[in-house]
Amino acid sequence: MSALGNIIKKEIKELLTPATVIPILFVAIIFGSMGTFIEDIQEESLEKPIIGLISEDNSSFSLIASDIIYENAEIVYNSTDKKDKLEGLESVKKQEGVALILIPEDFTDKIEGEKPGEIQIYWIMKGAGITDAISSDAVQRLIYIINRNISYELIQVDNSSNATLALNPTIRNETTYFKNKELHGLSPGDVIGLVSSQSTLIPIVMMMIIIMAGSMVISSMALEKENKTLETLLTLPVKRSSIVTGKIVASALIGLLLSVIYMIGMSYYFQGFQMTGGLSLADYGLSLSSFDLVLIGISLFITLIAALSICMLLGTFAKNYKSAQTLTFPVTMFALIPMFITMFADFDTLPLAIKGIVFAIPFSHPMMASRALLFNDYGLVIAGIIYVSLFAIVSISIVVWIFKTDRLLTGSTRKKIFNKMSLFKIRK
Amino acid sequence: MVGVEVKNLKKNYGSVEALKGISFSIKNGEIFGLIGPNGAGKTTALRIISTLLQINAGSVKIMGFDVKKQPGEIRKFISYLPEDAGAYKNLTGRGYLTFIANFFGEQKTKDMVDKGIEIADLDERIDDRVDTYSKGMKRRLLVGRALMTNPDLAILDEPTSGLDVINAQEIRKIIKNTAKNGTTVLLSSHNMLEVEYLCERIALIADGVVIEEGKPKTLMDKYNAKNIEEVFTKVVQ
Repeated sequence: MSALGNIIKKEIKELLTPATVIPILFVAIIFGSMGTFIEDIQEESLEKPIIGLISEDNSSFSLIASDIIYENAEIVYNSTDKKDKLEGLESVKKQEGVALILIPEDFTDKIEGEKPGEIQIYWIMKGAGITDAISSDAVQRLIYIINRNISYELIQVDNSSNATLALNPTIRNETTYFKNKELHGLSPGDVIGLVSSQSTLIPIVMMMIIIMAGSMVISSMALEKENKTLETLLTLPVKRSSIVTGKIVASALIGLLLSVIYMIGMSYYFQGFQMTGGLSLADYGLSLSSFDLVLIGISLFITLIAALSICMLLGTFAKNYKSAQTLTFPVTMFALIPMFITMFADFDTLPLAIKGIVFAIPFSHPMMASRALLFNDYGLVIAGIIYVSLFAIVSISIVVWIFKTDRLLTGSTRKKIFNKMSLFKIRK
Repeated sequence: MVGVEVKNLKKNYGSVEALKGISFSIKNGEIFGLIGPNGAGKTTALRIISTLLQINAGSVKIMGFDVKKQPGEIRKFISYLPEDAGAYKNLTGRGYLTFIANFFGEQKTKDMVDKGIEIADLDERIDDRVDTYSKGMKRRLLVGRALMTNPDLAILDEPTSGLDVINAQEIRKIIKNTAKNGTTVLLSSHNMLEVEYLCERIALIADGVVIEEGKPKTLMDKYNAKNIEEVFTKVVQ
């Protein structure tokens, strides 16, 4: 073999290790799954929305509206009396519908009297994720088509009509029902926008803490090995649990300090967005109490400890500082999964299997906490805190157990066997 | 009185047998040398006695405490100096000694640090960061760290490794004095002159088995050798 070939072979063997291949495979799988998820969403957006219709008006303009609704939506409830509203809402809800549309009896009269006709929309919102707005978007498109067709009609029949009315012959009166709350004057899009602005900060902060504090813990273990200080430390009169806890607590404190600095900057950034919106969740009775904030804090802290215990576990695998840097990658990826899922979808509307995965990832819980608490879903948050606490206890126990074995100093037997079976074994 | 008692000690790394049932004992205040070729199992034996590694079979008792059952108790009175040990680079020499001394109780910290500084003999450089030290300075600091705690048992793996002749001699004298003050010393070294000078008894280990044990003089007589190096060569070959 030539000298160049020899070097290339040696370099490939050195670089192509499970530590470099597995994270990339993991990312590929994540992006693949996300692609399928987005494809499903696109397909869903093409489906006809399921709605209920109460039309009290039987005149020209309301008939235009009804025809369009019948043509572009799947009607699961139909009535001509607004007294049936509650029954209609129940029926639409049962059949997984998105909204009940009510056309009042004065709809046509108002338009003919050169006033916009009111369309009342009662939204049934299932989740507060971005994808949960897809079905409501389809209904919004429907209303847009109704508006446009009535405009055509007005211009064709009476071209002397008021231009403002001709362009906007209808107005929407929206009420959204979400998690036992009745939100007047808000569409699902408005609710999602407001909730997102409140709950985007924590996932980002969580990510930052995990990346910063996590890499500190892993590197600390790697440096103990690289600088040959670990052996001395392990023969000192100090409990293994104290070594593990000491490293985790120190990194958690530094992580929290850094995240506070980060949070201050980020909160100003988000305040800028909230001011321009002009809407506030508090105006609709949706705000976090001091108790809620304490719960979020507990969830965040417990999750940080759990995250650092996983990092510590990974740190025991780190041979040196360089390998420690690659080991932070899987932790970051595990934090990215719930971050994206909670951003795009609501926990309540996820399929059961995905729900299980999201719940099992400890990082999900503080990310979901603020949204859940806004709608008084204490069960999810408290269950999350209990689960993450148990997770942290088990992880720390495993780390302490590893500290009591030979693994830290000698590496596992399985790893040696794996190395012997390495992908590119050089044979003479 | 027996300070260290190793009986039929076996240690495997997967399918590799590092120690195949070694036995030896060390009296209190004695300097005992464990010598042998590379890969013989010396460091494994020292790591087991230092409570770092688990044992597969046999037993190790230090001052009456069982290594397997009471490692926490043993760590209170032993001190281990690994061959390639390092110190925390971001600390000063004094900071490092203080960090270690703090594990032994606040009352003892000052005396321990003073003793460590005296052994390390780094003058004003003791207040410089460890990452600015030469290899020899680092080793002196680590020897200081290992002996400042007045351990009942000091386990020293190549204590003078990386030191020049003058410094090595100084450290050997310190080790001898430490033993005179009651500390039992178990050391491993490839320097046979050092072993001959320091050790009252030695065990020769090869391929995980103790093949000779005794006083250096007795072994030299037995093998009709001029020094321990010759004994070593004859026994191992």
